[in-house]
Amino acid sequence: MRRPLYIAAEILVPVAVLATWWFASSNSLNPFWPPLADIWAAFREDWTGARLLDDVVPSLVRMASGFVISTVLGITLGTVIGLSTRARQYVDPVLQFLRAVPPPALIPVALLLFGLADTGKVFLIVLGAIWPVVLSTEDGVRSVEPTLKQVSTVYRLSPWQRLWSVILPYASPHIFAGVRTCLSICLLLMVVSEMVAATNGLGHFIIQSQRTLDITAMWSGMLVLGLLGYALTALFLLAQRRVLGWHPDFRKGGSSE
Amino acid sequence: MLKVTQLTKTYGHGPTAVQAIGGLDFEVPEGQFVSIVGPSGAGKTTLLKCLCGLLKPTTGSVAVDGKPVNGPPDNMALVFQDYRASLMPWFTIGRNVGLPMERKLPKNEIKQRVRESLESVGLGHAADQYPWQLSGGMQQRVAIARAVAYRPKILLMDEPFASVDAQTRADLEDLTLTLQRQTGATILFVTHDVDEAVYLSDQVVVMSASPSTVRAIVPVDLPRDRDQITTKSEPQFTQLRRDILTMIKRPSAQPVS
Repeated sequence: MRRPLYIAAEILVPVAVLATWWFASSNSLNPFWPPLADIWAAFREDWTGARLLDDVVPSLVRMASGFVISTVLGITLGTVIGLSTRARQYVDPVLQFLRAVPPPALIPVALLLFGLADTGKVFLIVLGAIWPVVLSTEDGVRSVEPTLKQVSTVYRLSPWQRLWSVILPYASPHIFAGVRTCLSICLLLMVVSEMVAATNGLGHFIIQSQRTLDITAMWSGMLVLGLLGYALTALFLLAQRRVLGWHPDFRKGGSSE
Repeated sequence: MLKVTQLTKTYGHGPTAVQAIGGLDFEVPEGQFVSIVGPSGAGKTTLLKCLCGLLKPTTGSVAVDGKPVNGPPDNMALVFQDYRASLMPWFTIGRNVGLPMERKLPKNEIKQRVRESLESVGLGHAADQYPWQLSGGMQQRVAIARAVAYRPKILLMDEPFASVDAQTRADLEDLTLTLQRQTGATILFVTHDVDEAVYLSDQVVVMSASPSTVRAIVPVDLPRDRDQITTKSEPQFTQLRRDILTMIKRPSAQPVS
């Protein structure tokens, strides 16, 4: 499809959904399904100015910390396990166990260890979101093209060069796939942990609104969450295209042969 | 310059062990172009891997300039058959060619060597492009440029032109001859193609079938100025070709003189 048509289609569907929602709900008297017009008004009222700083920023900070730590720690761990069979043998059983625990089950543990402090939420996010990064990094590192490894050996590249110029770039498509899943889990766990154990943040705002039956506010909060998720994904895809531009799957024009 | 003594290589242990190389002895004088030919499965690639330290021989030794080879020697380069897999797709052509020299030489020397070697293979303009933007023949030329820029004393080539079309192969053969003349490097060239071996070399080492030994070492005293058309029409060329092919295809027959 030609580009303008493509963009038009991409905008048209969400617009159509919103329009349908707007008109379908415009005369709603059901307190749990307020008119979209009201939600929009609440949105404009609530989410500009102070509330932005009070709730959205702490959420973003928690999420960003969890994300950065998960990514860095996850890639490091995944690389070590991927490169060393012995390390994998020692660490694997523990990892498989930790990975199998559903993160929400760890909320009480986090509460006991950290109380309502931010550390607890970041701890929870990392514990839940790190696994896709570890696994996909390990996968990528283990699957490096043998010929490239032979090239590194014959031309006597240093271990540092092997890691940064050959192994990690080769594994980067795998790593990015894991990081994308990690991003979704970070968002999810941020919201969940805030709903259960926080005094501010988006998750807290949503659950509080629900408890105090401020339904339009609740919906507006969810709208913000949705927009946040969308924006983060868009940023991620942008970064991916920059870093992985050399890879045939992420190239705009496709390969020449 | 290069001396192979009683080299054997056995894969595996016990009853399932496979002896790829049964005992090889030969010498390669400095500055000479030596081809290695033999039937499929004779262990030609295994031999090359033992020479450049990628594999350890089971018994016997390899010596370069009198020094035994225990790991990748620091003055040997290898051009692989699979050029697509031997270049790093995430680096530009220039970075690919310069990579083996990074951290070993000052930056401006690397830049100069990269420029010179790319020009000598006819790709002076391609330094800022990526491997996927070049054709197969050009990619193999980049691999050759990388080997040449490294300034090895010995250049090993493992069926480097097997995966390109006949016309490109002829061009690359002539390029290799030119480079050898310019640099005076010692070249060890493994190939299935007897015509290619006779055309390029000063000597042809004929390996027997597995477990391989040296069947014969055939000197090629055609005039050193080789030409695709005239050299290949010389009666001596046909003679050599016939002798060597006979040795490979009918190991028990006597070569016709």
